[in-house]
Amino acid sequence: MTNLLILQLLNGVQLGILLFLVAAGLTLIFGIMDFINIAHGVLYMVGAYLMATFVVITGNFWLALPVAMAAALLFGLLLEYTIFRRLYERSHLDQVLATFGLVMIVTEGVRMIWGSTPLSVPIPALLSGSIPLLGIIQYPVYRLAIIGTGLVVALGLYLVINHTRTGMLLRAGASNRPMVSALGVNVGQLFAFVFAFGAMLAAFAGAIVAPVLSVDSGMGASVLILTFVVIVIGGIGSIKGAFVAAILVGVVDTLGRSFGPILLQMVMDPSAASQTGRTLAPMLIYILMAVVLAVRPAGLFGGRPA
Amino acid sequence: MSDAAARRPRRSGLGLPTRHMVAGALFVLLAALPFIATAIGDPFLVVVFTRILVFAIAALSLDLILGYGALVSFGHAAYIGLGAYCVGILSRHGVTDLGVHLAAAIGLSAIFATVTGAIALRTRGVYFIMITLAFGQMAYFFFVSFAAYGGDDGMSLAQRSTVFGSDLLRDSTTLFYLTLAILVGFYVVASALVGSRFGRVISGTRENALRMQAIGFRPFRYQLVAFVIAGCMAAVAGVLLANQAMFVSPAYMSWHRSGELIVMVILGGIGTLIGGVVGAFVVLLLEEWLAVFTTHWRMGLGIVLILVVFFSPGGVSGLVQRLFGGNR
Repeated sequence: MTNLLILQLLNGVQLGILLFLVAAGLTLIFGIMDFINIAHGVLYMVGAYLMATFVVITGNFWLALPVAMAAALLFGLLLEYTIFRRLYERSHLDQVLATFGLVMIVTEGVRMIWGSTPLSVPIPALLSGSIPLLGIIQYPVYRLAIIGTGLVVALGLYLVINHTRTGMLLRAGASNRPMVSALGVNVGQLFAFVFAFGAMLAAFAGAIVAPVLSVDSGMGASVLILTFVVIVIGGIGSIKGAFVAAILVGVVDTLGRSFGPILLQMVMDPSAASQTGRTLAPMLIYILMAVVLAVRPAGLFGGRPA
Repeated sequence: MSDAAARRPRRSGLGLPTRHMVAGALFVLLAALPFIATAIGDPFLVVVFTRILVFAIAALSLDLILGYGALVSFGHAAYIGLGAYCVGILSRHGVTDLGVHLAAAIGLSAIFATVTGAIALRTRGVYFIMITLAFGQMAYFFFVSFAAYGGDDGMSLAQRSTVFGSDLLRDSTTLFYLTLAILVGFYVVASALVGSRFGRVISGTRENALRMQAIGFRPFRYQLVAFVIAGCMAAVAGVLLANQAMFVSPAYMSWHRSGELIVMVILGGIGTLIGGVVGAFVVLLLEEWLAVFTTHWRMGLGIVLILVVFFSPGGVSGLVQRLFGGNR
């Protein structure tokens, strides 16, 4: 039981780390520009597909990763330049509509280029296999590597945002954009930077998760919704909030799915418990979100009231 | 905030009498459709248009909160699904009466809308959009993992709902007229609603919530009631959809569906009520038409969407108005 708990806890943290990578860019986009981007999940998906392609082309995971990231960055800049730039001053509704259209275009584009059969990416030899953790527990090295990478990225983001000039502008922009703009900062340029960087982080999450998940055109949608929950819980514009909420959502979701049925068995018969547990577990994070909102409508770390 | 007014969704400018005339003409034309279908020897048209009318009802209900309240609900398809599952689950247990199905659908969606609406309405802007989307997905995943009633695969219905024990609705034309009658009824109710004191409070809150509070209203209550009414109307559409397709599936409530409903309202002209109906025709016929050419029709729809946002604020009715000049 304890072993299972530790394993699932690690799985939950790993999911949380991925969610954080996707959420970090998106929460800044929401926070700084008050811009709703439905298409952010698509970048995660594109990251995974680019990775799958470049692994086949180069035959080397470590070569493919930076190439895929560069391609994702270019793709992000292209989207910013052609579409997003025209939407900043529009209503939320127009933003929803245009980015929703973009989701359809990119998703179909991916299906046209790569087909609708899921792709898979092999785990690099260096990180394959499992290592013993505590006693008899084995855990895949690659998943530990994901957690480690995510933590390093989180630390890097923390340093950039709290200890550099760009980070200072980002924080200022998130709390009061008109004022930052009035002080002579080119907010448009700042946003292009945030957008491209956020796109790359999302694509990075997609690329490193590709070896443990199958790469398909539906992966963007599922992660997008979870990311929204993360951002709402953490508070829009807060990287710290995104980190805490992402880990929280990852752990609650994973533990709920594995332990929900087990806990329910204490109060009902096993078959009913597994049925009820499987039906209710996916709802846990939404209930968590509702509770957080009931107590703090601006999210855990959101300074600005919604 | 000064840019709040500038950023609120634009309303189409067709005048009210014109709108009612357009609506009336459209409804009369639709009433003649089954005869036209028989005349040109294509009875399948009736089936296609029943489906379109179902989505027209859902889009109309969304326009009530989206157009008049500026509440961008991205989880509206959940109510269609709830309505459809009321038919599916009750039928599975031998309750086939349409009245019971409708009552269950309306009751269940009213509860769901009250609870989720009360939470979502505590927030504004992007928060509201994300939260309604999340609750919509919650309902979606609930039914996806509800293995007893088909789970991801959905469930087929053995028969359509019965009306006082008779299987009237087995005839597709009868179902078509029932759907049309409900659409017309909802249009009349919704028009009366937006013209009433209640509707004015909703529109007033859209313009400036603070001022509404200052003159003594509590916008939250009005918005919540509007949110619940819209949810119940969409659930009725769900009951009809289950009957039309004789199939119930979680796909009815996926976020793509919610997005499409918003698209319908915008394309048809937001805040006009009839716009949602027109939008449902435009989107679904566009889908059918694009699907003839390519399996990748979604890409075409996406391109149309971006072009509309960039070049034609106000959707189709805004375009019509700009081409032919409005009467306002």
